[in-house]
Amino acid sequence: MSDTLIVAELADGKIKKTTHSAITFARQAGQPFSILVIGAGAKAAAAELTGFGAKAVLVADDASLASYVAERFAPTVVEVARSGGFGVVVATASSFGKDLMPRVAAALDAGYAGDISAVSADGGKLSYKRPMFAGNAYGHCTISTATQIVSVRQSEFTAAEPSGGASDVKDVAVAPAGPGADRVEFVKFDQVKSARPALGEAKVIVAGGRALKERFNEVLEPLADALGAGVGASRAACDAGYAPSDYQVGQTGKIVAPALYFAIGISGAIQHLAGMKGSKVIVAVNKDGDAPIFQVADYGLVADLFGVVPELTSAVIAAKG
Amino acid sequence: MKILVPLKRVADPDNANKIKIPAGGATIDTTGLEWKPNPFDEYALEAALRLTENGATPKARGGEVIVVTFGPKETETTLRAALATGADRAIRVDAKDEELDGSIVAKALRAIVDKEKPDAVVMGKQAVDGDSNQIGQMLAQHLGWPQATFAATIEEEDGALLVGREVDGGVITLRVKLPALVTVDLRIVAPSSVYSKQTKRDFKYNDGVRFAALPAIMAAKKKPLAELKLSELVSDTSLKVQYSRFEAPPARKAGIKVKDVAELVTRLKNEAKVL
Ligand SMILES: Cc1cc2nc3c(=O)[nH]c(=O)nc-3n(C[C@H](O)[C@H](O)[C@H](O)COP(=O)(O)OP(=O)(O)OC[C@H]3O[C@@H](n4cnc5c(N)ncnc54)[C@H](O)[C@@H]3O)c2cc1C
Repeated sequence: MSDTLIVAELADGKIKKTTHSAITFARQAGQPFSILVIGAGAKAAAAELTGFGAKAVLVADDASLASYVAERFAPTVVEVARSGGFGVVVATASSFGKDLMPRVAAALDAGYAGDISAVSADGGKLSYKRPMFAGNAYGHCTISTATQIVSVRQSEFTAAEPSGGASDVKDVAVAPAGPGADRVEFVKFDQVKSARPALGEAKVIVAGGRALKERFNEVLEPLADALGAGVGASRAACDAGYAPSDYQVGQTGKIVAPALYFAIGISGAIQHLAGMKGSKVIVAVNKDGDAPIFQVADYGLVADLFGVVPELTSAVIAAKG
Repeated sequence: MKILVPLKRVADPDNANKIKIPAGGATIDTTGLEWKPNPFDEYALEAALRLTENGATPKARGGEVIVVTFGPKETETTLRAALATGADRAIRVDAKDEELDGSIVAKALRAIVDKEKPDAVVMGKQAVDGDSNQIGQMLAQHLGWPQATFAATIEEEDGALLVGREVDGGVITLRVKLPALVTVDLRIVAPSSVYSKQTKRDFKYNDGVRFAALPAIMAAKKKPLAELKLSELVSDTSLKVQYSRFEAPPARKAGIKVKDVAELVTRLKNEAKVL
């Protein structure tokens, strides 16, 4: 089998943590791997990835890649994959990887397995496990094309730790912009700034639902502060504008698997469960004792959240202190 | 504007936990679940309708919305429902589910776009059965078009769309010149998410998708519905991704109900050891 190519993700000149999940995939796939760092500032960031056992860290750094658009990034990924004869090209299924990798697959006329949760090597052939139907089934699939394109679910591939050594850093050519690139203009990125851990990396998550109403932050922030937690939300809370869309946990939002997940005033719809069922310990607070969330919760508290969340916050502070 | 909207029917997503996987795991059995349009595709249709009208009452429509699906004869129900909601005409590509993967559908759609020459393709970001989130991006590449995926807002400008994309950490705004491809996210059906050039910027839609009125359901029966063969659209119909087996996820056991906050915190600390 041929080598694996990892597409790293950059943000503000730094390697995003999501990249480390793709490295874990590459180690599990068992073939030698290289890492492609692409974007303006890639060269400086590449040093962050030289200690993970990659054959090489490939750098495509160019002012034309200052802001991510698939039409400009895909051609270089395609060119590096093709000229290097890579057998598997992988990124993490963040919004970056989900946008980019299917486009790369189409350009290479290659098969794509998106958002996979596990990989295994059966008789020299890689087999991928994918959650489907909102996590109510797993499909096992293989790809028959010479190059295989994959994106991995961050919550299922624990971030890789450095393994020592010093990979070579090599420049690669930035391919000419792809078709359509002259018709797309990056206007702006309105970033939700937060001092809290990103949902994909948080060890504890406090998530709120429609029940929080306009008091979403007022009620949940102190608890999240006490726990050092990330904050998530149901779709209903995001749609209503109580929480930013970026907080949405679920089948079509963020998939998370922290050590501890609090579902506060969340009913536990199938689409929400799909995003948090993998959490180690789930706590649910809901005034309806029959809410479906209790079917997956390790600890359920049937109560009015507005009364118990402040009490819980104080108790957590006391317990931790 | 002329817009193509691909649609897929899926087994009722609100009952996805009732699917069955027979011993051996050869298939996923959805018997007993109703067919529903993929929600993201309904949102795409709503967005396309908003882009081809003036918003105000009386409603003036401009342009054309063509819906297309892949499947056996029964999937025409999905197309008729879309026609009743406001789409102008429909295409069904005759195919069985087992004959399709993302790559084949993307290539077949490319052939349809080449023929129909729409100004835009507006489609759901993912089908909630396979959950792949891939065909829009693949199609954009095949067409050499710009892509704006996971759209929460679309504003029509002269010859372009200004699209707000929901991404990790915030919202990216892209301007894509037509023809272009957009995949939509959940919040595209919020009251102020989509504006055609004719729609006043202070106009607010009802939240969610529109429903077909009874006369429209009758009229939809007379709207044009063409049938195409998959083999007319793609030459290489071999699957690139093969599923060998399916399995059910491990069941998660319900835990216990605690009586109060004190018990909860004690258990989290001493039993679960997560505090
Ligand atoms: C295509 C599609 C994709 C979707 N994707 C997602 C997704 O990714 N993530 C997601 O979350 N949802 C998703 N949904 C929506 C999902 O189906 C549910 O509608 C949503 O999760 C409900 O959010 P909720 O639990 O906050 O609201 P509700 O279902 O309204 O539940 C509110 C809960 O709060 C409780 N409550 C009310 N007041 C109090 C109080 N004072 N104290 C304690 N409890 C109280 C109620 O008992 C109830 O259980 C999707 C839907 C569709 C169609």
